[in-house]
Amino acid sequence: MAIDAGLSAPVIALAGNPNVGKSTIFNSLTGMHQHTGNWPGKTVAGAEGRHFFGGREWRIVDLPGTYSISAHSVEEKIARDYLCFANPSAVIVVCDATCLERNLNLVLQIREITQNIVVCVNLLDEAAKKQIVLDLPQLSRLLGLPVVGASARAGRGIRELMEQAAFLSQETKEEETKAEKAKAEKTKRPLIPRLTYPKPIEKAISRLLPFLDGLAPALPRHWLALQLLDKDGSFLESLATEAALDIEALPELARQLDLLHSQLAQAGYDSCRLRDEITAAGVKEAEAIAAKVVRHIREDSHRRDRLIDNWITGRFTGMPLMLALLALVFWITIVGANYPSAALSSLFFTLENGLARLLSGFPSWLSSLLVEGVFRTLTWVVSVMLPPMAIFFPLFTLLEDAGYLPRVAFNLDHYFQKCGACGKQALTMAMGFGCNAAGVIGCRIIDSPRERLIAVLTNSLVPCNGRFPTLIAIITMFFTVNFSMSATGSLSLTILLTAFILLGILMTFLSSAFLSHTLLKGIPSSFALELPPYRRPQFHQVIIRSVFDRTLFVLGRALIAAAPAGLIIWLLANINAGSQTLLAHFTGFLDPAGRLMGLDGVILMAFILGFPANEIVVPLIIMTYGAGASLTEADSLLALKTLLLDNGWTWVTALCAMVFCLFHFPCATTFLTIKKETQSWRWALLAFFLPTAIGICFCLLINGFAHLFIL
Amino acid sequence: MDNHIENQITQLSRLLPGSRGLVRSSALQGSMRRRLQDLGLVEGTLVRCLHQGPSGDPMAYDIRGAVIALRKEDAQHILIEREARPWQ
Repeated sequence: MAIDAGLSAPVIALAGNPNVGKSTIFNSLTGMHQHTGNWPGKTVAGAEGRHFFGGREWRIVDLPGTYSISAHSVEEKIARDYLCFANPSAVIVVCDATCLERNLNLVLQIREITQNIVVCVNLLDEAAKKQIVLDLPQLSRLLGLPVVGASARAGRGIRELMEQAAFLSQETKEEETKAEKAKAEKTKRPLIPRLTYPKPIEKAISRLLPFLDGLAPALPRHWLALQLLDKDGSFLESLATEAALDIEALPELARQLDLLHSQLAQAGYDSCRLRDEITAAGVKEAEAIAAKVVRHIREDSHRRDRLIDNWITGRFTGMPLMLALLALVFWITIVGANYPSAALSSLFFTLENGLARLLSGFPSWLSSLLVEGVFRTLTWVVSVMLPPMAIFFPLFTLLEDAGYLPRVAFNLDHYFQKCGACGKQALTMAMGFGCNAAGVIGCRIIDSPRERLIAVLTNSLVPCNGRFPTLIAIITMFFTVNFSMSATGSLSLTILLTAFILLGILMTFLSSAFLSHTLLKGIPSSFALELPPYRRPQFHQVIIRSVFDRTLFVLGRALIAAAPAGLIIWLLANINAGSQTLLAHFTGFLDPAGRLMGLDGVILMAFILGFPANEIVVPLIIMTYGAGASLTEADSLLALKTLLLDNGWTWVTALCAMVFCLFHFPCATTFLTIKKETQSWRWALLAFFLPTAIGICFCLLINGFAHLFIL
Repeated sequence: MDNHIENQITQLSRLLPGSRGLVRSSALQGSMRRRLQDLGLVEGTLVRCLHQGPSGDPMAYDIRGAVIALRKEDAQHILIEREARPWQ
């Protein structure tokens, strides 16, 4: 996200702690569908949308959640730099009503930077349920800022919020046109209080002020002085890049800073104590304000959450419940997807005949390209891939919405720590189930660069939405009896699929440990994870949004990837080089390697050509095997199994294909995302070869064992 | 009751689920020190230990109304004054 708020429409930025409903407010303002979820770090990159209010257009910017203005992670740095240097017309600081005191700390910190703040106390409905009473007028008086109460999920308070923000922007603009900003502030608005620090610090600030004339003029003097005294490395860096203020280049300022630091040290304020006092000032003030504003009617307001946590994270129940939930989600996915899958297959089969007849007037190369290439790939994606995705994704989102994912991170952190990694990697791994590229971007929530890299490099070891329907299809064909969706059939399918997913998770742990003992040596850094309150998921919205958005996305991507891949296959199959077609040359070249891995040349080629999108791997295999032949049976999976058996597949081939589907190079989107996030081709290549190497080893082993002992 | 035993200074990591303590000092360094302070864990903060993870580590603490999970590795660097229990 570029830092730029100067253009055209005035900008309103949404800031706040993680997981307080910023994205929900953003969505209801802009009508956009920024993905929301109940865990810290959902909005990692920031989003921008437009909103019409009061006869004009506003730009709304959703910043990543942050606990403080001092940035620890990449996403917090984005939020901090935006607030400091982008100069938005107004900032809405969103707070969680059920945890106001902690949220106020950030409000107070932002109040030091800009005065155009509207405080939004969100989740008032949740607070009411927990019998927490808030005196918002009093809060507004104590902060010296406008305060709006809201329950964003029910749509309450959004309009008032916009009114306040628009009013603030207007006011700022008028002041600026008068060019008497300082004077206007004194007369028009009551002076907004600021934090006070112990005397020696205040003294040092006032002694630094004369040296700051003309430097970074957009920032408040007092606050800038404090930051310079604090020597926050990440902030100084941003100051140099965003405001062209490099302290090293200003010898007088640097000398004064040295002097003040030594004076402070003499007064007992070494750099550590200095920072402690600066942070404590905000925390203590927040405590004082909260004491006057918040009243808990019940002493144990969060009793329900604690009871649930006793089970979800319990010593004996935590892990089994996690496994059971994972299996349950897969079971619902498998059973639920079966019916639409079957119905769609037979529908498409009818359509294909119709389409073939319709195209009979065209040249044969065109009709076979369209029917066998594009149409069949699409129908495969729609009938086999889409139904499980359309069920899995909302289920997963519901769990996410309810606040379950941070608990998974909590439960698994111990093992990640053992592997020298960060527990938050569980969150990015979970995101990987949806989409590995999203998971890789999500790794920004991990503070330590070393642990972040580990999470990025191992993300594609869990199968994304584009891969696990393939696993389901292969298991159905080769490892269940009669493809029946009887109780035992679906159960064994669920168990096998869950086992495969667990294998992926196990390899994530092992690879993480391997990396942190070799290339990314280091000790695990510290870890602090918030476990947010449980919330009832927004069933209606989650289901509509994820089914609709997901369907369009998957269809679009499949279309874009399938058409050219289909074209390539068709061309290869129809151009002769010497006595053979190019396709035969190509698959023949890959065949020895494929055979060693329990696969064949066609399967390997399909994986390679499937690089743009994993969804099209199986359709490519079908297309190549069936070049010329047509599928004649209405039951597509049965027909497919016959086709695969005819081409020499055994259960070993099926198993190896599944393993290689689980462990191979990430798709093109993920690969490029890794390059972008790590800013290095070397790490991107490692992320490419690491899962591939794992897959090849597994396939060689399975094939070897099968041939030695069983076949 | 002997207050010397009850009001002893100990590591945060030794706080058992259900018990509370006042933060006295932190030996954490750098970014983790600041991170926990930003979460409200400054001197004089009352912290309650809520529950432990399935493998005993990390632990979940109530810090100013929010639930924060910390590893033993980190929590042992924070010294607290254990609260005397009224029933003891």
